[in-house]
Amino acid sequence: MIVNEQVAIDHGLKKDEYEKICELLKRTPNITELGIFSAMWNEHCSYKSSRFHLKNLPTKGKNVIQGPGENAGVIDIGDNDAIVFKIESHNHPSFIEPYQGAATGVGGIMRDVFTMGARPIANLNSIHFGSPQHKKTKNLLRGVVHGIGGYGNCMGVPTIAGQTSFDESYNGNILVNAMTLGLVKKDKIFYSKAAGLGKPVIYVGSKTGRDGIHGASMASASFDDKIEEKKPTVQVGDPFTEKLLLEACLELMSGDSIIAIQDMGAAGLTSSSIEMASKGNLGIEINLNKVPCRESKMTPYEIMLSESQERMLIVLENGKEEQAKKIFDKWNLDFAVIGKTTKSKKIELFFNEEKVADIPVDTLVENSPMYDRKWKKAKLPKKIKVKKEQFKDLKVINVLNKILSNPNVCSKEWIWQQYDHTVMGDTIQKPGGDAGVVRVHGTEKAVAASVDSSAVYCWAHPLSGGKQIVCESWRNLISVGAKPIAITNCLNFGSPENEDNMGEFVECVQGLGEASAYLNFPVVSGNVSFYNQTKEVGIKPTPAIGGVGLIQNYKNMITMDLKQSENIVLVIGKTEGHLEQSLFLREILNEKNGPPPEINLFNEKNNGETILKLIDKNFIKSAHDVSLGGILTALSKMCIKGKKGVTLKKPNYLISKFEYLFGEDQGRYIVEIEQSDYKEVAKILEKNSVHYDEIGTVNDSELIIDDKSKVSIDDLIKSHTIWLTNYMSK
Amino acid sequence: MNSSVITFPGSNCDRDMDVALKKFGFKNKMVWHDDTELPKSDLVVLPGGFSYGDYLRCGSMASKSKIMHSVINFAKGGGKVIGICNGFQILVESGLLPGVLLRNKYLEFICKNVHVTINNKENSFFKDFDKDTVEFHIAHNEGNYFCSNEQLKEIQNNNQIALFYSDADGNIDEKNNPNGSIKNIAGIFNKEMNVLGMMPHPERMIDPALSGEDGSIFFKNLINNLK
Repeated sequence: MIVNEQVAIDHGLKKDEYEKICELLKRTPNITELGIFSAMWNEHCSYKSSRFHLKNLPTKGKNVIQGPGENAGVIDIGDNDAIVFKIESHNHPSFIEPYQGAATGVGGIMRDVFTMGARPIANLNSIHFGSPQHKKTKNLLRGVVHGIGGYGNCMGVPTIAGQTSFDESYNGNILVNAMTLGLVKKDKIFYSKAAGLGKPVIYVGSKTGRDGIHGASMASASFDDKIEEKKPTVQVGDPFTEKLLLEACLELMSGDSIIAIQDMGAAGLTSSSIEMASKGNLGIEINLNKVPCRESKMTPYEIMLSESQERMLIVLENGKEEQAKKIFDKWNLDFAVIGKTTKSKKIELFFNEEKVADIPVDTLVENSPMYDRKWKKAKLPKKIKVKKEQFKDLKVINVLNKILSNPNVCSKEWIWQQYDHTVMGDTIQKPGGDAGVVRVHGTEKAVAASVDSSAVYCWAHPLSGGKQIVCESWRNLISVGAKPIAITNCLNFGSPENEDNMGEFVECVQGLGEASAYLNFPVVSGNVSFYNQTKEVGIKPTPAIGGVGLIQNYKNMITMDLKQSENIVLVIGKTEGHLEQSLFLREILNEKNGPPPEINLFNEKNNGETILKLIDKNFIKSAHDVSLGGILTALSKMCIKGKKGVTLKKPNYLISKFEYLFGEDQGRYIVEIEQSDYKEVAKILEKNSVHYDEIGTVNDSELIIDDKSKVSIDDLIKSHTIWLTNYMSK
Repeated sequence: MNSSVITFPGSNCDRDMDVALKKFGFKNKMVWHDDTELPKSDLVVLPGGFSYGDYLRCGSMASKSKIMHSVINFAKGGGKVIGICNGFQILVESGLLPGVLLRNKYLEFICKNVHVTINNKENSFFKDFDKDTVEFHIAHNEGNYFCSNEQLKEIQNNNQIALFYSDADGNIDEKNNPNGSIKNIAGIFNKEMNVLGMMPHPERMIDPALSGEDGSIFFKNLINNLK
């Protein structure tokens, strides 16, 4: 096939990018080389539109062992233990083929983690669907949930937490973000940097097939009417093979024969070999005839661009081939020496004794395009005057029932019951809490993780939204008694070529960076997913934050269920009654304008750290952060979980009761304490200048708001659980 | 007491079972599916997971693996064998237990705590249980037990039903049947009462910090009665 500008454009490259390739090579690339360039230079692999802004994120900290740039981030949790974690998107494949798309998303992120030598110990996910009324939503939800479960359950890794939302902006472009945490000894972490000349390059795992060719390029373009034709670009997963690959890799890693290892994810053999060579400042030579293929007559182009799953590339010490092969034979996996490291600093590919590609590595990596795209700054929306008359006909209990059964608030048990969340025998907080918690096997330590996003806030004002979401992640970890350590982010946005969408990206990242710097909660890994849109319409900006924290002694973990009658309930943090962009205003009064709640980073940090002090002193019996739906929604969830009620006091505020009960001011938590501890707790809060309000006491049976408004716990449970089960069974 | 846990390719509850057995005093060995000889054992456990990726039918390929010849001989000689979840599926596929395990009635994987009521305590697996109904944990996609009418009659006549799904008070009814199993069956014995297959995972309930502690009763009882 003759390569020209049109062929390059068909590969998703821009005209000037093609010209740059010809200039760098000083010749026209052949088709295999063009394929390699298009795979390495697409948005998904090159971060060409995002790199410029991502470099400003705080990525360092005293617990950070490895920040962005490796397969996953690594943090120190003491005693020579480290946690490896990352979140990644698999949005487009999941929309085209929900089961396989979601399954391979989970498989891919687990591979990223065990490539570094860590055994995966927990999975999480953040999944976003279109309006429940949209004709595709139900099947997509079912397929995605089956896919996530199908892969994770088979791997024997518990899925401990997640987030599901519905919004019409995802009608034509759902989001599926998967996160994995792994446990590794600090001195046994593996990296992807190749080193040494003439070292054997080894291919292990599944055979290479024609599936997923150009998957990464597909993920770097917008959807149009022809998406059905893109089905062949979706990879097909086999969790059984991945389970074998995991065990075989960990067995090989227990020895000292690996120099570098890299999983074949997006852009398969192309990106894995080039990344290893680039990091090691070396060349790699591969004989493509040696690559184990599933189908006959595969061309070099297909072999290099296949995204077949469950494969790894390893640079081994000389002379260790036989020993390594034995392990992969035992696990019935392919093992092939396909090439060697060279000093050429080039990727050189041979097929049928002919050289089929010859590309300097730096042209693919360092010289890949980087754009400072045009972007528009978002204005802070004007405040909305909510007229008191609008509240006149509302009854608090009716509003509460509506909010609890709202698709974005209701119980997601139908989903997480399909995920094995207890395998490995260390899950001490299962899905449905503020964060999932697993013990560090065989120790007293436990790791908490949560995944969050607030697309509505980010859409209303990206800068505030970006800050808010980091703070929410921080609060969720604090609420289970964990000290927040670091985050991973999955940045889901529309087209970077659209100035508004690009502006949303830039400002969300800026907010995110500000909050994570202030809270000392650095970003150690992440992924950018642009072009989440159908035709010209982008999704609401949806950065998803995966936060990880540490509990020194798992027996001190906190849950949100109310524990004991007569205990006192406090709200930590100040209630102002901010209604704009709240669930109440958007869903009950149908008012979608106005600014999101403000973030005060000082209060956020101070409130959280003070709560951790109270937890340390064993004062906190239960805790839950106040988020979507305000105080009353948060309190209802605590009642539901604990099967207890609360009698609320008359508030000391001059705001209306709807503002008080449903406002979404940030930086707040609800905590339960014993009466006898109240004085001491108040003293500590006051000493640390933390605002608090006593809002009520725990009782055995009802949520009592005032004389006229009360509701039984059974009714709360009904409102909270009924929607999703009914929706999925119709 | 010596126990052996078999690891098949795709087993994923083998470590959990190892941890549980050791916690309650067993000297446990992990045995690879490709081995031909069982180490000296008082108990053999086939753990949960997705042996051979559940390809063909759950448990079917594992039932033909090398080590299973030894396991079958061990069982036929009166040795105690337990199959949990995928292990139960392997036991029915190998012919050591009657019946089959179909996909769950609502075609969905289920992971949750359930109550099970013990039907027959005259065996070393449940002899000294001080309660009739316990809380166990299930996590499976194919736990819907089914057998022919003749087989059902036979296992009922021989008192081979080990566990029924029930509520906390021991009511065995459709409402408390998580997966559609015939007669709410959650576990069965062979005729000789030395082989037990069950869907619930007692190894996930051995610590108050986990979903519950009733699994501890199972393992304590097991080691006491095998002595």
